[in-house]
Amino acid sequence: MTVAPDQQAGALSRRLLYLLPVVLFLAVAGYFLAALWMNRNPQEVPSALVGKPSPDFALGPLLPNVPGVARADLNGSVVLINFFASWCVPCRAEHPFLMHMAADASLPIFGIDWQDKPDAARAYIQELGNPYARIGLDQSGRTGIDFGITGVPETFVVGRDGRICFRQWGPVTDEDTAVALLARIKECRG
Amino acid sequence: MIPELGQVALVLALALALMQVVLPLVGAARDNASWMAVAPPAAQGQLFFIGFAFLALMQAYVSSDFSVAVVADNSNSAMPLIYKAAATWGNHEGSLLLWVLILAIFGAAVGTFGNNLPPKLKARVLSVQAMIAVGFLAFMLLTSNPFARLGQPPADGADLNPLLQDPGLAFHPPMLYLGYVGFSMAFSFAVAALIEGRVDAAWARWVRPWTLAAWIALTAGITGGSWWSYYELGWGGWWAWDPVENASFMPWLLGTALLHSAIVVEKRDALKSWTMLLAILTFGMSLVGTFLVRSGVLTSVHAFATDPARGVFILLLLVVAIGGSLTLFAIRAPTLRDGGLFQPISREGALILNNLLLAVGCVVVFLGTFMPLFADVLQLGAISVGAPYYFLIFNPFAALLVVVTAIGPLLPWKRADLAGALQRLTIAAIATLLVAGLVWWLKTGGPLFGILGAALGTWLLVGTVVEFVERIGLRAPAEALRRARQLPRAAYGMTLAHAGLAVAILGMTGSAAWKQEEIRTMRAGDTVSLAGYDYRFDGVADVAGPNYTATRGTFTVTKEGAPVVTLHPEKRVYPVQGMPTTEAAIHTTGLADLYAVIDTPDAAGGVAVHLYHQPLVPWIWGGAFLMVLGGLVSLSDRRLRVGAPSRRRVMAVARP
Repeated sequence: MTVAPDQQAGALSRRLLYLLPVVLFLAVAGYFLAALWMNRNPQEVPSALVGKPSPDFALGPLLPNVPGVARADLNGSVVLINFFASWCVPCRAEHPFLMHMAADASLPIFGIDWQDKPDAARAYIQELGNPYARIGLDQSGRTGIDFGITGVPETFVVGRDGRICFRQWGPVTDEDTAVALLARIKECRG
Repeated sequence: MIPELGQVALVLALALALMQVVLPLVGAARDNASWMAVAPPAAQGQLFFIGFAFLALMQAYVSSDFSVAVVADNSNSAMPLIYKAAATWGNHEGSLLLWVLILAIFGAAVGTFGNNLPPKLKARVLSVQAMIAVGFLAFMLLTSNPFARLGQPPADGADLNPLLQDPGLAFHPPMLYLGYVGFSMAFSFAVAALIEGRVDAAWARWVRPWTLAAWIALTAGITGGSWWSYYELGWGGWWAWDPVENASFMPWLLGTALLHSAIVVEKRDALKSWTMLLAILTFGMSLVGTFLVRSGVLTSVHAFATDPARGVFILLLLVVAIGGSLTLFAIRAPTLRDGGLFQPISREGALILNNLLLAVGCVVVFLGTFMPLFADVLQLGAISVGAPYYFLIFNPFAALLVVVTAIGPLLPWKRADLAGALQRLTIAAIATLLVAGLVWWLKTGGPLFGILGAALGTWLLVGTVVEFVERIGLRAPAEALRRARQLPRAAYGMTLAHAGLAVAILGMTGSAAWKQEEIRTMRAGDTVSLAGYDYRFDGVADVAGPNYTATRGTFTVTKEGAPVVTLHPEKRVYPVQGMPTTEAAIHTTGLADLYAVIDTPDAAGGVAVHLYHQPLVPWIWGGAFLMVLGGLVSLSDRRLRVGAPSRRRVMAVARP
């Protein structure tokens, strides 16, 4: 039996096509293996920023009488950067703590209003009071992504050199977390 | 003593499964009937031993035997009995045992009721099924023994994660596993057919009921999970594109495609190798989901405690099962020859388009789920993929699919007249335009996708009804009734399922486009208005549950002064784990849900309150219910239970 060459080539490419699924699958399995090999903890990825200089950003103000925040405002003293949003219930729970810190006036707190509607955020500040020395409006969420936040609220302690010194994941609502955060702030002051 | 017996039972089940892998397979190759005959009793024996092990573990939970490690870690003597029993599968080890139990149930069902299967196909199917069982039993015994004892048992257990202490735990995981594991049947049938090198209409007829049963369970399981997260997590949403939600959605997409392509194999003897591929990949996606949840490579609310050794083992299983079967596919599938020829515009063509769109949708979800992982491995930095990606990339394909779903059933096999079919959908087109206009008029300023979604849902709903009415005809009522009675149940099933999808789409659209919410710190006596309803907050009270304490809020809801309902959202604290949970209070009007959540009161007596007005969310559950009902009606079709396969065999013998 003879087979025409082009027919043979057709049969070959047909065979190769049927090989495609297993090849693709093995590539994916390779990625899975690599991911297991790295033994990464997905939740820890963002903390890689600790010890690194703060990302660059410049955010416009939310309120007429409170200035916005930019990277340039971070040099010179230890500050707290708090990501919040009016739609976030834990942020409300955390708010009394921030008000308390602000009344203490031991260090400036900068707020970044993340992925929020400005009107809702203004109402939020009006209702609960303003603990922030500066508030930047991060409507697109870009600065939040640069900081590697996974949600709100998150709080960063930035040192005198403009490097991120500590990252608080989630709200500060109970005493233990508050005490721990205050201790870290002390450490960051050096 | 009983836990030790349970462990021995697992070892015996593994030994039986090993035997069931080898003897029937070799028997089928050598035409040895007595070796093939080993398979059914071995499958039944496996079910017996695994069932025994499962009951042994449940007994340890129910009797609060804290010398068993998983019981000590996941139960507590103060828990209500139903949660003690359901806690059996509320952890990695126990859920794996449930997984294997369901696998054994399916295997034993084929062994017991598969008498009309050709003996060789049956032997091979059961052998492949046993290979899966061997893999998972070995995984369990080597890395995740559910019966491991503690040297120093604690006085009381560490409690079940409070989020799981909900009736949802009793039905969501078993349903989901019925779906995942059910697709193993389609897989085993596909691999057996590839080994045999023969796929025909009869093959499709055997596979379809198993696939349909798995699809029904998976649909119910996914919906149940979505509903559970809607009322238990208190975040006001019902789907988050969380990696593990996606892990259940991917096999659903491929399983839906498989369900439809198997029809083409059965009725038209075409699309064989594609159907084989789908059967393998659908179960492959189930295994990928298992890998995701249990290996810790991605973060999710569903993830079990992570252990890299387990991850490596499951990956190995995945490579052997899916890599192996795809290699077999690459060797054997090119030899499969399709019989039926057809034009691009035909029922077959529409089903191919359906399959393509579902497969592309699955690829989109797959990339979205794993892109963060791949980017990390390739050191491209940490990225996250969220709802906007799926909104922009997944939804267009889904929308196209919905458009086609209304047209496909109107097309005849082989060759169809598209213009004629579209003409028959004139009523649907008019209804769609009317609804779109109405929505635009009512919700001027609302998002554009709200109008599009409402139009799509209407198109499919009316199109499905048109198709059904055409089938029974619009002549005399008596004639229509007679035709309706003669219609096969599978036809009713399709109509119900497609209509259910339409209703669910309307629900999803309504909730995504027009949800309203209000967040406020409230004191007793405060009133908030939302979407025409007034919510008066009457304060909070402390209540005690069997193993938790709760702050219960009271809202009196009125509409234009008339009382509507009293809502009681709760914030619970489970002292053993010190973990708070949110119990949303939900009142449904059928057209919308009134949804209230509270936080714990602050020192000044204010309570952070989150109120949602959720339009059409009940339709999501109603639509999914219709889909499940459609599946069940179709499953009860006589043609799927008995019939053609055995008759056909008789005919084949009768021929010279």
